[in-house]
Amino acid sequence: MAARRVTEVAVGDVIGPVTVPVTRATLAAYAEASGDQNPIHQDEDFARSVGLPDVIAHGMWTLGASGSVVADWAGDAGRVVELGTRFTKPVVVPVGGSEIVVEGAVKAVDAGSGRVTVDVTTTCEGEKVLGRCVAVVRLD
Amino acid sequence: MAVNPDFVGRSYPSTEPYAVDAALIASFAAAVGAHDPVHTDAEAARAAGYADVVAPPTLVVRFSQEAERAYVTDPDAGIDYTRVVHGEQRFVHHRPITAGDEVTGTTTVDAVRQAGGHAMITTRTEISTASGEALATSMSTIVVRGGED
Repeated sequence: MAARRVTEVAVGDVIGPVTVPVTRATLAAYAEASGDQNPIHQDEDFARSVGLPDVIAHGMWTLGASGSVVADWAGDAGRVVELGTRFTKPVVVPVGGSEIVVEGAVKAVDAGSGRVTVDVTTTCEGEKVLGRCVAVVRLD
Repeated sequence: MAVNPDFVGRSYPSTEPYAVDAALIASFAAAVGAHDPVHTDAEAARAAGYADVVAPPTLVVRFSQEAERAYVTDPDAGIDYTRVVHGEQRFVHHRPITAGDEVTGTTTVDAVRQAGGHAMITTRTEISTASGEALATSMSTIVVRGGED
């Protein structure tokens, strides 16, 4: 896989939509890899005891999965130089699993520096779960 | 107990260096659906110009949250961690983390403010190699929800 060239990118280009499945097993694997073992992400009895409807995904899982979609589009994951968001709504993960849908839109292209700014929209069951999610990739 | 506003500007000692390896990168990449071969294939990573397999951009949270823990668990900071939710997160990468990096984090409290009965705390964690090469800057805002009483 080779990195996309900045000359191939224009404001308004669309990324995705890409559907990413998420199950309890995904969250257990994410908890192990990230070190975030908060039981609200794995134990539905605990999640309900603190007022949540069910197990919820780690916000950082949702950001990470959204970032993966942008990285795949860039063609080289090491090109993602900025990534950020507000966590506005939890992704509820019932025992049968759920999915998120990730879309991007190129907002700005700086041909000189190669910096490409992407607005990312991530939804679950039709509702936005990230606010002001922006990624910047640096292309040649 | 209220969140202590006097902690703004305070920095915590750097975390013990953590040796990033290919297995951690592969498992994190699989968990976040990152399929780029630079995460799992050292030859593909070297062909793309990296020293070894490359971490997905959000793996840095593992090190930033470990560094933040010194602050959020400091008894004098006044943070009830059972009431904490993650509000915002942003990363700026100075160079990608790769297998073989020894990674450490240093957290500074940037802001503590009250809004609508909640406390919002912004921290900045500088992630670097043990020898001092800058890898990433992590900016995190946590919300400590106000109690009923």
